[in-house]
Amino acid sequence: MSSQPLISVNNLVRYYGDHCAVNDISFELAAGDILGFLGPNGAGKSTTMQMLSGNLAPTRGQIMINGVDLLDEPGAAKAALGYLPETPPLYKEMTVDEYLRYCAKLRRIKKSDIDDAMALARQRCGLEQVGRRLIANLSKGFQQRVGIAQAIVHSPEVIILDEPTVGLDPIQIREIRDLVTELGKSHGIILSTHILPEVETVCNRVQIINEGSLVYASGMEGLLEHQATGKYIISLGRPPSMDEMRAASIIDHVEQQDDEHFLVRINTTADKLAALAVDNDWGLCKLFPYEHSLEHIFVNLTLSDEKSA
Amino acid sequence: MIATIAFRELRSMFLSPLAWAVLAVTQIILSYYFFVYVYEFMELQSTLATLHNAPGATDLIARPTLETASMILLMVTPLLSMRLISEELRSGTIALLMSSPVSMTQIVLGKFAGILMFMLAFVLIISLMPLSLLGGTELDLGKLAAGLVSLVLLLASFASVGLYISSLTSNPIVAAVSSLGLILFFWIIGGSFGQEYSSFTHLSLSSHFGSMLRGLVDTADLGFFMLFIATFLVLTIRQLDSRRLQG
Repeated sequence: MSSQPLISVNNLVRYYGDHCAVNDISFELAAGDILGFLGPNGAGKSTTMQMLSGNLAPTRGQIMINGVDLLDEPGAAKAALGYLPETPPLYKEMTVDEYLRYCAKLRRIKKSDIDDAMALARQRCGLEQVGRRLIANLSKGFQQRVGIAQAIVHSPEVIILDEPTVGLDPIQIREIRDLVTELGKSHGIILSTHILPEVETVCNRVQIINEGSLVYASGMEGLLEHQATGKYIISLGRPPSMDEMRAASIIDHVEQQDDEHFLVRINTTADKLAALAVDNDWGLCKLFPYEHSLEHIFVNLTLSDEKSA
Repeated sequence: MIATIAFRELRSMFLSPLAWAVLAVTQIILSYYFFVYVYEFMELQSTLATLHNAPGATDLIARPTLETASMILLMVTPLLSMRLISEELRSGTIALLMSSPVSMTQIVLGKFAGILMFMLAFVLIISLMPLSLLGGTELDLGKLAAGLVSLVLLLASFASVGLYISSLTSNPIVAAVSSLGLILFFWIIGGSFGQEYSSFTHLSLSSHFGSMLRGLVDTADLGFFMLFIATFLVLTIRQLDSRRLQG
């Protein structure tokens, strides 16, 4: 993997009049990354995406795409970019094939390669059956897929997807997620959303933005490490006394949360704790790691900021 | 790249019923007028025969036909140009162009070339009316050519105004009304004042069009049209650029 990041954003600032929508954001995207961009509505997600895709000019800061400055050489930089805005940019009076052909030409694909590129994009997005249909007559899910096909038809290094699963039914959402995971193997992807499980399932890095500033950025592994604190929640049908639990050698600390649930810190692996509970006939119902889940982090960061503001 | 955008624009126009309706309505009205001019010419035949150096069919039929065409198209062009950019702004498809490796200039020139092709088709059909007279009489083809060229330039000017206004708003109807206003302004500005305000006459589309229509191809008139079109194209490019800055 090359050391050069696909996207590198430095001190990006964007004002709308006096209102600061994006405040001094810096981050990088490497090849093979699927970066989840999280934030409450109005936090500056879409503004950032629009700046990355060249739809908005930043007030200050620098955007490098595949090593090319987006502001100095927009043509070369945009060639490496596929963008799906919140509303897919579809010409509804065209058929899917006509539209994709137009997009392919706009993205400067060689004439001889256009058919192959279109076939691949259609196949990846499951559009084989609807190539000759008018976009206006397609369901929302299919329109969304056409939007994604448009963003990947030229196999760009960087794909920017702004809320790609909004308004889709659960099956379509799953299909889109699978597609994103698939694409992530060969491209760098930025995905904005406010649906947390989406980020947890498809992304390998996550970044939370609130009121224009990045408040959290980490790899998903970091998030998992964060969770591997040796703390578990254990749910017991016939709980022993607290003293009895504290007496066990593998348990360092225990807190009762309610009648059945205990927060336990152990100095070994979870299977030992399970064995302990079974051996002593505590009526083990559930055992799961106590995690700082993404939701936890998200709510903490965004709400505490609101309080302090 | 410009051609790609232009042909999509042209396709889109013909995919909507609007372009067809506009073409049909203008043709019907224009052919009615054409018939009237032919009829008047026939009535005048006996008088013309007595005149020395009498005006021919080109002056009495072709010229008024083109003049009428210019008036009708003045009203119709805003309807054709209104959606050029405002529709893209409204539906968000502008994001596709903006995130593609095409420059603002290419976008604007592409759009302009698209509507210009439509206008050329228009003029081509219109030109068939006077040309059909060739079957029965003689035409001054040079004069007719000058008239057609001036009509093309005039329509291109209308279109450039329409394109610019269309980039200002995401509401096509507002774009149409405003374009009509501005085009009409540039049309009537010449005749409204006396000699002392002759600089207004220089800005007027109608005066430049009129002199070319009489068969007088002056580089000053050609230059004016070119400059007029270029000005509005540059304004459009600037407008789109500033849209990116202001958001």
